[in-house]
Amino acid sequence: MTGLEGVGRWFWLAAAAVALIALPWLMPNDFYVNLASQILVYAVWALSLNLLVGFAGMQSLGHAAYLGGGAYVCAWLIANAGLGHAAAALLTVLIIGAMAGLFGVLALRASGLGFLMITLALGQILWGVAYRWVDFTGGDNGIRLPSRPAPFGLALNQPAPFYYFALAVFAVVLLVMWRIAQSPYGAALRGTRDQPRRMSALGYNVWLIRWSAFVLAGFWGGVAGLLYVYYNKFVSPQALSLQQSAEVLIMTILGGVGSIIGPVVGAVIITLVKTVVSSYVDRWNTLLGVLFLVVIVFMPEGVVPGLRRLRRRFGP
Amino acid sequence: MSITLRRRTVLKGLAAASAGAASLRAPAVIAQPAPIRVGFLTVKTGPLASGGIQMEQGLTLYMKERNSMLAGRPVEIITADTGGVPANARAKTQELVERNQVACLIGPLAAFEALAIDDYIRQERVPTLSVAAAEDMTQRKANPWFVRATSTSAQCSHPMGDYAAKELKYKRVGVIADDIAYGHELIAGFQRVFEDNGGKVVQKLWPPLAVPDYGSYIAQIKPDLDALFIGFAGSNGFRFIRQFNEFGLGGKIPIIGGMTAIDESLLKNMGDEALGLISTCWYSAQLDNASNRKLVEGMERDYKTDPGFYAAATYVNGAVLEAAFQAIDGKAEDKDALIKALKATDIKETARGPVRFDPYGNVVGNVYIRKVERKGGKLVNAVIKTYPDVSQFWTWSPQEFMANPVYSRDYPPARFLE
Amino acid sequence: MQFWVIQTLNSLALGGLLFLLSSGFSLIFGLMRMANLAHGVFFMLGAYLGVTLLQAGVNFWLAALGGGLLVALLGGLLERCVLRALAGNEQGQVLVTLGVSFIVADLCLVVWGGDPIPLSPPAGLRAPLFFMGLAFPTYRLAVLFVAIAAAVLLYVVMERTRIGAMIRAGVDDMAMARIVGIRVSLLFTTVFCLGAALAGAGGVIGGPMLSAYPGLDSDMLPLALVVVILGGVGSLVGSFVGSFIVGGLYSFGTALFPDLAYFVLFLPMLLVLVLRPRGLFGRTLA
Repeated sequence: MTGLEGVGRWFWLAAAAVALIALPWLMPNDFYVNLASQILVYAVWALSLNLLVGFAGMQSLGHAAYLGGGAYVCAWLIANAGLGHAAAALLTVLIIGAMAGLFGVLALRASGLGFLMITLALGQILWGVAYRWVDFTGGDNGIRLPSRPAPFGLALNQPAPFYYFALAVFAVVLLVMWRIAQSPYGAALRGTRDQPRRMSALGYNVWLIRWSAFVLAGFWGGVAGLLYVYYNKFVSPQALSLQQSAEVLIMTILGGVGSIIGPVVGAVIITLVKTVVSSYVDRWNTLLGVLFLVVIVFMPEGVVPGLRRLRRRFGP
Repeated sequence: MSITLRRRTVLKGLAAASAGAASLRAPAVIAQPAPIRVGFLTVKTGPLASGGIQMEQGLTLYMKERNSMLAGRPVEIITADTGGVPANARAKTQELVERNQVACLIGPLAAFEALAIDDYIRQERVPTLSVAAAEDMTQRKANPWFVRATSTSAQCSHPMGDYAAKELKYKRVGVIADDIAYGHELIAGFQRVFEDNGGKVVQKLWPPLAVPDYGSYIAQIKPDLDALFIGFAGSNGFRFIRQFNEFGLGGKIPIIGGMTAIDESLLKNMGDEALGLISTCWYSAQLDNASNRKLVEGMERDYKTDPGFYAAATYVNGAVLEAAFQAIDGKAEDKDALIKALKATDIKETARGPVRFDPYGNVVGNVYIRKVERKGGKLVNAVIKTYPDVSQFWTWSPQEFMANPVYSRDYPPARFLE
Repeated sequence: MQFWVIQTLNSLALGGLLFLLSSGFSLIFGLMRMANLAHGVFFMLGAYLGVTLLQAGVNFWLAALGGGLLVALLGGLLERCVLRALAGNEQGQVLVTLGVSFIVADLCLVVWGGDPIPLSPPAGLRAPLFFMGLAFPTYRLAVLFVAIAAAVLLYVVMERTRIGAMIRAGVDDMAMARIVGIRVSLLFTTVFCLGAALAGAGGVIGGPMLSAYPGLDSDMLPLALVVVILGGVGSLVGSFVGSFIVGGLYSFGTALFPDLAYFVLFLPMLLVLVLRPRGLFGRTLA
């Protein structure tokens, strides 16, 4: 799935792993380590959406519901209900998974544009609730997370330890996605994307397969939400906005749907544009829009497959 | 054309030192001290943008008057636009502290932004000269790295509650404000003092911060109110008053304003319908002191406008910062010394009048009741009463005040709503 | 009593505005099978162009027309240069309009700044109308009449002209329309420009009520979506009815249930999508 064959592939993977592990020492200051952590959070999120968009071929404009939802639930449980980190995290992913199940039932009543609209509507409803139900969610003020978790007693307050935590979660998610891609389930999923009628004729329960993908995408989106709120120690309605949903969709598509590395690359590009480029270029929103346009028109499969295509055309 | 603050203010001191070749940054002939980096959080998009832009103008003016040198060192202001979104405020603050290694911060503008960066400021120990009015930052959850030369949300509302009850003799008042922490706290302060003095708040309305159309809220205003107290921020006050007049209520129900609702920056777009509007603030462009005269002249010259709350906020913060830098001989990177010097500030004359801080880092200064009048052909906030030496606790002791919960939508409880 | 009358009038005014916004969206969606996510930005751009035109001293209604025409021009360019390159790739087209909305919104920020700019209603309509002891902004009633006039005009075009027949044919059955010899590509451009013009003019007309501000596009786009989903894709009647339903939900919702304001708005849309995907008057499924 990474597109590299044989020994070359393992070499590159190993090199990447070493670079990622050594990252905190390679960076000139804490800001870049934190940036890397942010990228990892968004990469996990983009990978979760990829299950839906890439593998199952269903475009969603409401994925912020799981990032923001996970962040809000976790923050609320810890700040207002007084739960500990382990309990809150577990409860959060269960609640978000259940929410994804419910939303999936609603959304799968339609496909294509209808599906897009329903996911958008669901995302907007959640956003509206977070924004206006001030007594419960704090409204514009958001909810502050009192502390980061300390798994096995390791404090995550400093940039480097948090980075390793995020890296570990990212590695797990990457592995999970890779295994799904390789598995019969993954093949069935791609089947429902490419040939739904044939799959149905072959006896596969297409609806169930799609729904399960929806739930998985929501579940891992919730995990990304946990990372998000741990990193920021804060969540506000903006995390549930249409803007956020559009951004993660752009990340996934930009990088390349259907591959595992694609969404990660997309997350890297978009996050860098948002944070670093925006310091030098005031018009980074325009840049983002133009980037999106160019990729959709010239490389509709995304940057990673597009580059691969170019390499095959021009390279040895 | 207006002068805008470039992202990095050029080291004017160095350029002046190197003779001739102004286009090249030649190594200085005279050993110049390294620049002090100051982070500046402001808002340039959204409903609060008009305030954020004025903040930038006020600060630019202050620096320009001093050739970007404070206490003998060149000062580099690094501006960050948070868009009025708390998550962005956090991200930009982190960037300023970690990447730009700033010695201190000016801003943020909005209370909810201040709340979002509160724990980060504590953790990283960054002296912050806040414009944001969030109450608890200098009360129950006082942040030791915070100083505020502007006001808490309710600091100017307390005197207004007093004035409305005792001098305007209002009995039944409705309130409307943006549905954000700032609005809640501002209204709460007014309600408390107003009701303590025999008045009654009979209606409370909370439109969201970014609502474009106030029609459905104006429709709910009771027609028999003695007055309507408005607590809007940014440009919302202006739009509200306009729509209020379009619905025929102008002149029927007097409007009294909180500290940002009838700001000088909004007056220039208003007409005769604004005459007579009474508001409260810690500043007025009409104040007659040397520092303010310079501010007003500078704003008029460079930006063709009167300074209001936001421009004065950063201008005064500039003065406070300068005094603190001078007190520690320009060693701005020593955070502990800097915050200590900031808290010890006691300036007799800034653009707003005297400024000193209470033990919690919040300002103790004058609050002015103003009335809109026409002077020299333009609308101004003429000062009709001054309440001197007002602290964030009004007439209560700090302990008494903080024994109550923080001001919010529901505290003090509204006992007289109809 | 006063509350109900004024809120109803507010709903009608808002509904009229929403019709201008969503009728174009519905037509584009119905004919080109594409959700034009740049529609919100067309509206906002119209409002900003109105600001500039009014500052230059242009008469208000001419400014509305001007705004509409300029935005139509932009829409035409977008359709011919970008959307055409993605013919057949409907989802790609949708995403491209999203990208365009980022670009245009950002450029509006550069040109007009971040501060909300209210537009002044035409001088004759500024004083409030007094009746039955109540006052109501005259201009908002004018918006309602303009919307009704636009609706009538559109109806006439759709039902009584050749081009209207072609559009309806395209919405009903694109393949047949092609076979019958309708020049579909020209039709697409026409409809897209028309939709953009309506949105642009709507932006100017809505200016005195809403102001021009960054974020207007993302505030209006979801409303257009709700209207079109409720009313039915490709149906003018549906847009008309849907606009007033949403206008009412929004005005009464914010007043009566402020905490659940968005819920009140999106829940009906959700219910319709789930229970009756074609909407109240739609001919085809969303």
